[in-house]
Amino acid sequence: MAGAINLLVQSHPINSALSLIVVMGSLAAEYLLLGAEFLAAVQVIVYAGAIMVLFVITIMLLNAGKEERTKGSRVATLVGVPGVLIGAVLVAWTLVGRSSTTHSVSIGALWGAPKDIARLLFHDFLLPFEVTSVLILIAILGAVVLASRPDAAAHGVRKDG
Amino acid sequence: MVPLSYYLVLSGILFTCGVLGFLIKRNIITIFMSIELMLNGVNLSFVAFAAHWHALSGQVFVFFVMVVAAAEAAVGLAIIIAVYRTRETLNVDQVNLLKL
Repeated sequence: MAGAINLLVQSHPINSALSLIVVMGSLAAEYLLLGAEFLAAVQVIVYAGAIMVLFVITIMLLNAGKEERTKGSRVATLVGVPGVLIGAVLVAWTLVGRSSTTHSVSIGALWGAPKDIARLLFHDFLLPFEVTSVLILIAILGAVVLASRPDAAAHGVRKDG
Repeated sequence: MVPLSYYLVLSGILFTCGVLGFLIKRNIITIFMSIELMLNGVNLSFVAFAAHWHALSGQVFVFFVMVVAAAEAAVGLAIIIAVYRTRETLNVDQVNLLKL
């Protein structure tokens, strides 16, 4: 479902950003089918909402045009495509070869209730949760520092310029 | 009832598309989006395995992966903006010096 749409990610940065939003949305539907409704909501809010808005704003801010082809991109295409295809075929072959023992996944079982996830998150995974909040704080600070004007951040360093 | 291997194959396809985009694309924003695509493919296999084994820990793990991806996107886009301000380009082939 999402893989076919995903192949649209090809020409222009804004086009690939929009098709990435489509992929995120269909992945949220997939999570809903798997019974993880909390994760589907989080996927829509965080990925399709926050991260993709960030991407689109950056693309428009930087006025990104069509990418140009260079020599390096041709080398990467020639070497990368066969290598990745070989890897994908190996993975698929392994999966299909062993899939006789794997069982089916029931659709819409709806056992991933937010209540159970919250109990797990705030009892068993409390320390990682708090560490993650510190990580988010550091990320916010880093983003603000990096995106601020360089001559405002490094005022005393640029004497030679 | 959908077999587990279908979800795994879809997740592998997503991951492969991410790797392909990472290798082929020359635009730094598109490369960044391919990284997000790879993370999503891994998330899908996490959820599929969690549903298969009836273990909620997989979903909590996906939650953490999403949080880390959000932090990474914020910092990475800030880096991209800083690079564009100094280089005036988004092509990764022209960004070949650490210091101007």
